[in-house]
Amino acid sequence: MDQPVLEMTSISKAFNGITVLDDVSFSVNKGEVHALMGGNGAGKSTLMKILTGVYSADKGEIRIEGKPVAIHSYEDARANNISMIFQEFSLIPTLTVAQNIFLTRETKTAMRLLDDRDNKIRTAKLLNDLGVDIKPDDVVQSLGVGYWQMTEIAKALSQEAQVLIMDEPTSSLTKTETEVLFSFIEKLKAKGYAIIYISHRMDEIFKICDRITILRDGRKITTEVIKETNLETVIQHIVGKSFNKAFEWVERDYAKEAAPVLELVGVSSGERVRDVSLSIRPGEIVGIAGLMGSGRTELLRTIFGIDPMDGGEIRIGGKRRVIRSATDAIDAGIALIPEDRRVQGLVLQHSVRDNMILPVIRKMKKGLWLDDRKANDVSKRMVERLKIKTDSIFKTSNLLSGGNQQKIVLAKWLANDPEVLLLDEPTIGVDIGAKTEIIDIVREMAESGKAVLVVSSELPELLALSDRVLIMHEGRLIKELQRQDIHTEEELQYAIQGY
Amino acid sequence: MPSKGINPATPAPFAGLKGFDWRNYIVYIAFIGVLIYFSVTLYSDGFLTTGNLLNIVRQTATISLMGLAMTFVISTGEIDLSVGSIAALSSLTGALAVSHGFGVIGGLVAGLGTGVLVGLVNGMLVTKAAIPSFLVTLGTMGAVKGVAMWVTDTAPVPIVSDTFNFIFGAGDIGPIPVLLIWTLVFTIIAHVILRKTSFGRQTLATGGNETAARFSGVKTMRIKLLVFLGTGLMAGLAGLLYAGRMNAGRFSFGEGDELSVIAAVILGGTSLFGGVGTIIGTVVGAIMIGTINNGLIIMGLDVSQQMMIKGLIIILAVMFGKKAIKK
Ligand SMILES: Nc1ncnc2c1ncn2[C@@H]1O[C@H](COP(=O)(O)OP(=O)(O)OP(=O)(O)O)[C@@H](O)[C@H]1O
Ligand SMILES: [Mg+2]
Repeated sequence: MDQPVLEMTSISKAFNGITVLDDVSFSVNKGEVHALMGGNGAGKSTLMKILTGVYSADKGEIRIEGKPVAIHSYEDARANNISMIFQEFSLIPTLTVAQNIFLTRETKTAMRLLDDRDNKIRTAKLLNDLGVDIKPDDVVQSLGVGYWQMTEIAKALSQEAQVLIMDEPTSSLTKTETEVLFSFIEKLKAKGYAIIYISHRMDEIFKICDRITILRDGRKITTEVIKETNLETVIQHIVGKSFNKAFEWVERDYAKEAAPVLELVGVSSGERVRDVSLSIRPGEIVGIAGLMGSGRTELLRTIFGIDPMDGGEIRIGGKRRVIRSATDAIDAGIALIPEDRRVQGLVLQHSVRDNMILPVIRKMKKGLWLDDRKANDVSKRMVERLKIKTDSIFKTSNLLSGGNQQKIVLAKWLANDPEVLLLDEPTIGVDIGAKTEIIDIVREMAESGKAVLVVSSELPELLALSDRVLIMHEGRLIKELQRQDIHTEEELQYAIQGY
Repeated sequence: MPSKGINPATPAPFAGLKGFDWRNYIVYIAFIGVLIYFSVTLYSDGFLTTGNLLNIVRQTATISLMGLAMTFVISTGEIDLSVGSIAALSSLTGALAVSHGFGVIGGLVAGLGTGVLVGLVNGMLVTKAAIPSFLVTLGTMGAVKGVAMWVTDTAPVPIVSDTFNFIFGAGDIGPIPVLLIWTLVFTIIAHVILRKTSFGRQTLATGGNETAARFSGVKTMRIKLLVFLGTGLMAGLAGLLYAGRMNAGRFSFGEGDELSVIAAVILGGTSLFGGVGTIIGTVVGAIMIGTINNGLIIMGLDVSQQMMIKGLIIILAVMFGKKAIKK
């Protein structure tokens, strides 16, 4: 193969004396999808932020097509045809799709005014090529999460990037959308674009990537050709020790006849939740499967008092509870771990500790004051239990890696010791090691008699966790499957798609 | 924050209804309501006469003009509290220049220059020193007012130039007040800038999500600096218009205008959180506030009653329009 489009050589980076990247080298060829993998906090995002000029490396060199380049800002990166699909959204929610895609690069009329008609035509063509069903005139904030991502990708492509960086691009996409994206990636590959692909999902890596570079604790472990390696080796390189896959369902024992902890009777909320009835017994883990937009998230939000309930009732421990707000829900012993955790679950400017103790702050008082010792102890224990990678519990949470931020939100609600645990995509963005840890923790919670309701688009995870799976479609529960009756992932997939 | 997921296969059930949200038009609805109310109740008092209507335009011109620039500032998610004080100081510097024989042009340059200078200070402090605009302009609001009281030791500065007074406020061209022309011309310019130029688009982008805007290549700091220069410039012009209408510069002009201006902008539908802005809405908002003022005066209410009712109407209108603003 000829010269790589992009080479990063001996990159090192430290924040406040703590080394985050240590002598990392890697390169990407034309027409290649190159996977970048590693545990939460391994340094993947930081390496890409160096490539896009957000941070500058302490040491090391970047070459584009053999020529050394200095990248000090995102404009520099773009000038070198490097484009990033951000893990955090980079769109302006109040502008339309077309306005976003061509922001600062709009076609102008002869009078130097914006030619929005032409921008719309260009956008329509671009979206059409992508096979995405979005209108150029849609205001971005009115679109679902999946479409934000699509718009972002469309935007990057419109900039004629040579090197495209995708940091966990599928974490908010449905299966169908993911497939659309993958077939598009194939097209890009054929056209000679280079793609750096960061993901924690093994199946994706093996499906679309050509080579893989693995980071662990800021160091490069290896670069391998996908066809010449296998899942076990990759996992081993990522976690750094031999690894037993805990993604397997174990039949659990719980009192199947016990009185339910959580009962919903004919619960409705707007168009998205219609007449939902279900009950969960102590120690039971119930999974909800469905397409994106089938109302899964909304159901959890309704139970938690965020979306208004316009019919039906909720019973906790057999007693009817009126839940009109999150505070009511917390008082009733319910915890919700939301899907969009960075936005809904964290105060990013606050420390790891302050985030964790927020829901339990009432139990942490000594007289009028916060019991600092107790708060620190609880936080430290959570950091250990969830293996959160941070140099201190006082670190500001937006300085943690994406996956570790997710774990803080988990910790935050576990600290509250709820009776009913609602989880929305609990392992989005966390690494393979942490995924199994989270699965274990959820199981532990159930063992101690809690009722767990989990929504997940990752079927292997859903299958590993659930004792029972409910299928949701257009706001209704249309099917209930006992876990032992589901033999393969395909069966569940079929139930979701074909109902 | 993105809204909840929408199934790609099935379009949202409300697709057809979504297009019209009356909340987006609250200011227009409220304005028409106010007009009808006063037209009926104050008909015999001459509310609907051309003379009175033109009067409303004259009285609101300064608020409208400052509101145009304020729309840009608020669209970036910032605020400028110093506009009233700038207007006061500019009326004086303009009047001083004219009375020292620098002519109409001299007055114009002095008045606008004053505004731009204060705008520059505001903008630099917000962008370079990274101090929140609320604090910066709260400071300059006081400081500039102080300077305005100090330059002439609170004495008014009369303007004897008829040309100046004609151009900047008192004049009529045929039946049309000069102030109406100022308002119209700048409304069109501001509307085109906000809707049709890359500067306007980038202003909205900066307010919609500053980080994202920066990553899209928007020079957000430059945009912010420019919008503060804009409010400075327009407040300077407003000061000249006060001076022209009253035939004098005076430190007390523009007092409390920042509140009316911000109210007009928010009433019009511009989001206090940035990212959404409308010029036409602002002007209608300003004229509506002016109309309420005018109507209440004709009704014979005293100043305290006027203030209470005005406050109430503003809160009601914003409340009804709240959902649109939040979005
Ligand atoms: N600005 C910063 N200041 C201090 N520490 C930082 C900063 N940015 C990142 N870090 C630290 O660097 C480490 C690597 O973070 P990075 O975001 O690169 O991880 P990652 O591999 O992308 O992980 P994930 O899979 O969870 O997204 C983390 O321990 C993080 O806390
Ligand atoms: Mg990351």
